[in-house]
Amino acid sequence: MAPRLMEGSEAVAEAMVAAGCRFFAGYPMTPFTEVLEGMAKKLPPVGGVCMNAESELEAVGMAWGAAATGTRSATGSTGQGLALMQESISELSLARLPMVIVHMARSQAEYWQATRGGHGDQRRIVLAPMDVAEAAELAQLAFHLADRWRNPVILYGDYYIAHTYQSVDIEPIDFGPLPENTWALTGATGGSGGARLVSPLGDLKQRDDVGYDLADYYHRVLAHQAEMIASVEPMVETGHLNGAEVVVVAFGTPGKFVRYVVNQLREEGVPVGYVRPITLFPFPSDAVRAAAGTARVVGVYENSAGQMIEDVRLSVLGASPVEAIGGLTLDGSGFGIGPDITVPEIRARILRLCESAGCLPAGVTR
Amino acid sequence: MTDDLLRILPTDTPPGEGAHLVDDFTPALIDVGAHNLCPGCGEPIAMRSVMEVIAEQGLMQRAIAVFGIGCYTAFSNNLDCEVLQALHGRAPSLATGVKRARPDTIAVTIQGDGDMVNEGLQEVVHAAARGERITCILLNNGVFGETGGHMTATTTLGQRTKNSLDGRNAADHGYPIQMASVLAGLEGSAYVARGAVNTAGNVSRTKRMIEKAIEVQRQGLGFSFVEILTMCPTGWFIETQAAPTYLDDTIAAVHAGGVLKDVTAAT
Repeated sequence: MAPRLMEGSEAVAEAMVAAGCRFFAGYPMTPFTEVLEGMAKKLPPVGGVCMNAESELEAVGMAWGAAATGTRSATGSTGQGLALMQESISELSLARLPMVIVHMARSQAEYWQATRGGHGDQRRIVLAPMDVAEAAELAQLAFHLADRWRNPVILYGDYYIAHTYQSVDIEPIDFGPLPENTWALTGATGGSGGARLVSPLGDLKQRDDVGYDLADYYHRVLAHQAEMIASVEPMVETGHLNGAEVVVVAFGTPGKFVRYVVNQLREEGVPVGYVRPITLFPFPSDAVRAAAGTARVVGVYENSAGQMIEDVRLSVLGASPVEAIGGLTLDGSGFGIGPDITVPEIRARILRLCESAGCLPAGVTR
Repeated sequence: MTDDLLRILPTDTPPGEGAHLVDDFTPALIDVGAHNLCPGCGEPIAMRSVMEVIAEQGLMQRAIAVFGIGCYTAFSNNLDCEVLQALHGRAPSLATGVKRARPDTIAVTIQGDGDMVNEGLQEVVHAAARGERITCILLNNGVFGETGGHMTATTTLGQRTKNSLDGRNAADHGYPIQMASVLAGLEGSAYVARGAVNTAGNVSRTKRMIEKAIEVQRQGLGFSFVEILTMCPTGWFIETQAAPTYLDDTIAAVHAGGVLKDVTAAT
């Protein structure tokens, strides 16, 4: 298919359908709403189902039911709506069900929610694209990872990605083979002596005389989670780290702005590099640590009061000072286009950091 | 001959042949008949009735039971019917996802009054309003049995629970929700009935209600619902043998039995 100009929400919807998603349930909430609209339009023609759930609680529940039948299933929302879904998201990990959760966030203040939200010890892979094209790719990867690890995967988008138009070419991407599905409910195993059970309370049946031991089940899920965390290669983009005395870490849309500014500054001779985490969990700690090793200072640009900065500090482990150079920036509606997310503003902040670190070449102006 | 028949055996003589179980009457879809629920509990009877209907209608290879959270959850890993375990209150949404993703399945939720009427009220109401082709079974005993006898949204006025020690009173606790009546009033519901398992006759009548509800789902006529009043002598703080009568005198006096709606009935 030829590249087509699409709004990010529509591109994500189209990518999900291309990935084989056949069930979606959602509840409108800005800036997630257009993803729901896209799925409502695109799923019925391919034999899929899109449900206009009566609340986020029901949206995630419906997606849960469909996922349990082995159908590629997704839901989504934004911060507050995902908070309503959080109990289910946590328990989906215990039920070991794959699901893709599209988190079109209103800012980057949902970093903790996405990477740490919910009860229990379980974690979810979080993918954070920087623009529409990357969102369309990662949306497909999300389904593969969800199936591979039988665990929900969160796609962390934002207002810009949801509403920016970009020319994208969406074709199904082959990520390689997946384990055979031996667990999905179809009804067909009833009466066989081995009817399937999908439950966050364990996968063993009383007939096997194993007793009821939820603690044992939790330990088995944790062992599976540990394997997932150890096996999933963190995704990260880095640039200009060679000789970088200042390193800026940023993700998502601001990450793309930071990349642009750093490219520009390097051409002007400013010794600055960047690290853009693409998986927020597992966090690319090795890449951040390596980048920080030779730097005088690490700046973290986030559209929040500072959340990812904790993961950066945990990665750097005191090797370099880590400073926040971002901050929450929203329009009057409480979300939307952040006035601070501009090339001149980000340029000025990075240069201030360079100046304070004593590595601002003469003649470079903010 | 006569002498032989009338001969009284000394009690210390062992029988000629060891006793053996001829049939334990456990339905095909229940793996282990023994359970850890309290003596006098009505939930195993209701559970058995649902599983019998699924087997008798030849739906063993199509049925998926979606469980809520309560004492009855003990059966979730004890069935040879496929089971999807939901969070507290969320079974109707999960059943919706199952049914919409695989329309050939028969989706049946098993929920208690705490699960369905307290925690998940909007779920069942919306599922009914959508005319979702699923069957929801409410096991209503008017208390949170699993936590030890606390007030639910269906607890009747005057009923004593651990958090309404002097009996539920309207001024402090409001009024019980009559779930079947609420759902019968929605356009999307096709079959709504309320039975009980406190007498043999009620068990039999309730089983016919379950049969009808499943039949309505098979025909795709809309949402079907059977509320089953179950005994909970432990949570009611009464003697086991008093529970069936207590059910009639208190719970059923408010949540009256019968078929409230049946779109298949001749008009």
